[in-house]
Amino acid sequence: MSKTPQVTRRVFLKLSGTSAAAAVGAAGLAPSAQAAQAEAGRTTLPYPRTAVARLAGLKVNTPVAFNFPDASSPCVLVKMGRPVNGGVGPEGDIVAYSTLCTHMGCPVSYDTATRTFRCGCHYSVFDAEMGGQMVCGQATENLPQVKLEVDAKGTIVATGVNGLIYGRQSNVL
Amino acid sequence: MSIKDRIALPPVNATKTNMTCHFCIVGCGYHVYKWPEGQEGGRAPNQNALGLDFRKQLPPLATTLTTAMTNTVVDADGKRYNIMIVPDKQCVVNQGLSSTRGGKMASYMYTPEGLTKERLAYPRVYTGDQWLDTTWETALALYAGVHKKILDKEGPNGLGFACFDHGGAGGGFENTWGTGKLMFSALQTPLVRIHNRPAYNSECHATRDMGIGELNNSYEDAEVADVIFSVGANAYETQTNYFLAHWLPNLQGTTVDKKRKWFPGEHVEAGRIIFVDPRRTPTVTICETVAKDRVLHLEIEPGTDIALFNTMLTYVVEQGWVDRDFIAKRTVGFEDALSANRMSLDEGSRITGVPADKIRQACEWAYKPKAGGKLKRTMHGYEKGIIWGNDNYLIQSALLDLVLATHNVGGRRGTGCVRMGGHQEGYTRPPYPGKQMVYVDREIIQGKGRTLTFWGCNSFQTTLNAEQFRATVLRRSAIVKEAMNKARGATPEQMVDVIVDAVMNKGGLFVTLIDLYPTMIMDAAHVALPAAHPGEMNLTSMNGERRMRLSEKFMDPPGVAKPDCLIAAAIANTMKAMYQKEGNTAMAQRFSGFDWRTEEDAFNDGFRRAGRPGAPPIDSQGGDTGYLATYDLLRKAGTNGVQLPIKEVRGDKLVGTEMLYTDKFGTADGKAKFLPAKWPGLAKPVADQKAKHRFYVNNGRVNEVWQTGYHNRFDPHVKDRYPMAIVEMNPGDASALGVQAGDIVELFNDYGSTYAMAYPDAAIKPGHTFMQFGWFNGIAGDVVTDWTDRNFVPYYKGTWASIRRIGGRDQFAKSVSFKSRRYQT
Repeated sequence: MSKTPQVTRRVFLKLSGTSAAAAVGAAGLAPSAQAAQAEAGRTTLPYPRTAVARLAGLKVNTPVAFNFPDASSPCVLVKMGRPVNGGVGPEGDIVAYSTLCTHMGCPVSYDTATRTFRCGCHYSVFDAEMGGQMVCGQATENLPQVKLEVDAKGTIVATGVNGLIYGRQSNVL
Repeated sequence: MSIKDRIALPPVNATKTNMTCHFCIVGCGYHVYKWPEGQEGGRAPNQNALGLDFRKQLPPLATTLTTAMTNTVVDADGKRYNIMIVPDKQCVVNQGLSSTRGGKMASYMYTPEGLTKERLAYPRVYTGDQWLDTTWETALALYAGVHKKILDKEGPNGLGFACFDHGGAGGGFENTWGTGKLMFSALQTPLVRIHNRPAYNSECHATRDMGIGELNNSYEDAEVADVIFSVGANAYETQTNYFLAHWLPNLQGTTVDKKRKWFPGEHVEAGRIIFVDPRRTPTVTICETVAKDRVLHLEIEPGTDIALFNTMLTYVVEQGWVDRDFIAKRTVGFEDALSANRMSLDEGSRITGVPADKIRQACEWAYKPKAGGKLKRTMHGYEKGIIWGNDNYLIQSALLDLVLATHNVGGRRGTGCVRMGGHQEGYTRPPYPGKQMVYVDREIIQGKGRTLTFWGCNSFQTTLNAEQFRATVLRRSAIVKEAMNKARGATPEQMVDVIVDAVMNKGGLFVTLIDLYPTMIMDAAHVALPAAHPGEMNLTSMNGERRMRLSEKFMDPPGVAKPDCLIAAAIANTMKAMYQKEGNTAMAQRFSGFDWRTEEDAFNDGFRRAGRPGAPPIDSQGGDTGYLATYDLLRKAGTNGVQLPIKEVRGDKLVGTEMLYTDKFGTADGKAKFLPAKWPGLAKPVADQKAKHRFYVNNGRVNEVWQTGYHNRFDPHVKDRYPMAIVEMNPGDASALGVQAGDIVELFNDYGSTYAMAYPDAAIKPGHTFMQFGWFNGIAGDVVTDWTDRNFVPYYKGTWASIRRIGGRDQFAKSVSFKSRRYQT
């Protein structure tokens, strides 16, 4: 029997190539830990409110990598240039997702041509413009979408994650 | 914001049982954890039953665990339990992988407040103008009463059934036996069709006539084949983990060491894959992404497989790439078949639309001997493109002729010619009692038949010529309903008389549904009986490499639902009591032998009695050694089970068979038989549609939906994605029709009309479409002709229709992704 495939460093780089190459670091934006308010219909997990990007620095269809809710959970933010499901900002076009495939945790890469996230391990595809909906693939969940807010100064803040991040019992460790 | 951002882990003392996936043929191994609600395991590896360290982020591929793999269920005693169903890394089939279908088994287990809340939990009877829950006693009095009265008046020929014959959910060796014994031994009716076709027939008559059963190798053979030859199959979407765990590693070259070890002294390299399919499937694009220069796609004109295989056979014989010694010693009929099938490259190319060079290249890849004159090892996998193709019998004959001539079946590892499969298998039944097969749908449409029981299947969504079939059943059912409505205050006995009068004298049809859900069949039904599925019962099946496993019961079915075998027993026992009451001992005897308390009793009565001294004739996929498989030994065999037929029991281990026909084929003299398969052209009813209508309408499964979507239609992850059946079409064609992504379109021809959600994709050829099969909202079968091959096997995959835009894009465009379903770079 063949063994379950392992993600080697080479494969990892190949898989995450697009996002790694195009990612713009959100440098200088320190997370400000603050527990989410308990509210009906909302999570009660203590997500740290984390500044992840600024409106001013965003380019359309250029992914911005960040980690949320902690350093071991990679995410990507994209400004779509047109209003999309769950989008924030003045144009309602900014969305962010966990980049660990919900199927088995391989890193998904953002494909700028189709505006989808793609997993090279088992070929799942998620639509960045449709709330992370699985276009095709073996995941049982859409891509977890990061809840974003934009403050008065144009800072984009991550406040929670809709959907269980791969490899966790709880999104907040 | 959803709160699906945390799950409860199973504590270390959670109960752990084996489960084989309910759905596709592959039968991935899973484990079920169950523990009381309100408890949960800790994050440290020694605090949870999974043994994983959740105190930190797990690395990729460490687990497959999502919220969909968890649920909370309620047992009959009212106690609530958490469950988790996760893939088993030790299972040789899936090796820890789960598909998007099997990965949701936990979500699909019954819970009163969950997405399965619509399950049938109690028998229902149509009364007046509504459905009422009732008792088994009342429902059976009606069902058995009607069937007995008709049987007594005119014999069994009008007692119709559309019934599953497979494994997995809605099947299994227990349930095929229970239903089969009722239909064939007790009622003795020939008016029976199988779940997905209009008669009681095989999908593989030709290969069986040739002495070659359709599941003759192991999944491991795909890992070590030089070439995988895939015909009319879309493995990524329909046999997912067979593809991911066994095909892909070969294409990627990671099984080369294994090949070297298995075949010393033989040239080995990374595998190649040849696809024969008019459609550029998601499987094709994935394989091209992985290794473009090792993938060949023969995009044949629809329905021309026979011409392709005949051309290839002619060419490889001319080249001398056949095994003359094997042909001489282990086969008969080669020369006759060759003579009948002969077709030149030019003619074959003209008919199939595949360039001659490409056909030649496929022959070289698959059959040109390797260095030192060693035969290639080419595994052939086929599925509905052939089975539901243009003359099932002839296509299979033509393909197997090619396979036999090149010695790619008959015991060499890395070869085989197999069905890829739909459901799992699980067949044990008495022989079919009819003298000849009956085209049941046609009989019903022509007004024949008195009753029709849909047992674990939904022909309204899946049959051919579906619109006419559905309309007829509804019309004839309404005659019975009208009579029932007028019988105010009738006792069950009086109601039986009313129904029997309506079906025998007024053209009515008494319709029963036995199923997990109140499906579309309820529109016609008069009685509905609630069934159970794996996990709610113990159930055995075998997968596409004949690997038999026991899925263990871990929870109670909803309400008073029962395993199908015990429903069959309850029907038989009710009828037996009726005959005993009137002193008819002969008939009472015919309905005896159903004194089963559990599904294991049914298993022991059927699967384990086949071929035993004193047993009646039993057709069983376990063969004569099925008796060796006890529930106890199967439980010990776990998710790896045993490959049928069983050879022996060593200690407490069942020893099975990896590959068939190593010495003898399945004929009286042990020699495989070539069958002539002259290219017949398109059948006239199909050709007529092609002449009149512009679009070829192919149809098949999409990855996320299992069968009729009986669970999936309630699952937001699926129903939000496919709120309506999709029809993929060429963007140029769509544009010419004024159709945009998400528009509802009508597909219509001489047989019917159906509706679908337009999904333009550049991968679809101009003039072609691909419609999602079996979905509840848009039924592809409505435009499929009523033509079948000689054994009543339909050409579901081949019809032509016109398309017009209805509109409605606004409904779907905001919530459904219309990006290509094909992974490609």
